Amino acid sequence: MVYRRLFDLPAFRPRGSFQELDNMRRQFDRLANLLSAAPERSAGAGVFPQLNVTEDVNKFYLRAELPGVRSDALDIQATGKTISIAGERKISEEDTNARYHRREREAGKFSRVMALPSDIDADRIEAKLENGILTVMVPKAETAKPRQIRIN
Amino acid sequence: MVANDTKELKIKEKQEVSTPAEQTRPGLVFTPLVDIFETEKALVLLADMPGVRPEDLSIDLRDDTLTLTGDVQPFEGADEKDLLIEYEVGKYHRQFALSEIINQEKIDAQIQNGVLCLTLPKVEKAAPRKITVQAV
Repeated sequence: MVYRRLFDLPAFRPRGSFQELDNMRRQFDRLANLLSAAPERSAGAGVFPQLNVTEDVNKFYLRAELPGVRSDALDIQATGKTISIAGERKISEEDTNARYHRREREAGKFSRVMALPSDIDADRIEAKLENGILTVMVPKAETAKPRQIRIN
Repeated sequence: MVANDTKELKIKEKQEVSTPAEQTRPGLVFTPLVDIFETEKALVLLADMPGVRPEDLSIDLRDDTLTLTGDVQPFEGADEKDLLIEYEVGKYHRQFALSEIINQEKIDAQIQNGVLCLTLPKVEKAAPRKITVQAV
């Protein structure tokens, strides 16, 4: 017998009744999120630091804002197609006589992994840390660069 | 506050601020995070302003109001395409009202690794001195 399903797309029939309820709950959760909270601007992984990834024909560029992090406190590794950036941000402790009026900056460890969409040439990766902005330039592998195809 | 050095850093979304005067050039303006603390001799302000070079920073102190403004260069090269953008880039602007008496001649500003360290020394109070009484 054909029956209309109110919530789900026509798909596999759920095995047992609990899965239907699960699906319903998920749909309602999504609806509730849409209606209540303002949509978050960043759709990132929710992990510090936030990255901006751009590309041109030859390279990928990863940028992160890391004010107050020294280059010796950073550890950047490349494995396969992923780049991992880890480190620690330290805030110098002032002497105990200091009275804080405001304390907004935070210190601590961070670690972030970013998978790039094409093959990379790991031997020629360059990174620089200037004015608190980390830029990692990852050259693409030769096979991953676009190749012009001529038509005879 | 718990002082725990090994905790993981969490993301703080950059706060946009609406400046009292409209900007002549379009762009976002953010509030830099600051730490302000006071020692015996000075008020020290540390502000996170990544991407601001020394020549892009302007510090203004008048009428007991301290204004910090930092310009940031756009980071993308002309040929780059965006793949994932998680944070926006924009100028930094913040104002503070100062209550301590600051010695304006001796304000010291340094910016390193994107962190501004502003030292505002307090006016030195007169050192205690003995007054000798002369017999007339």
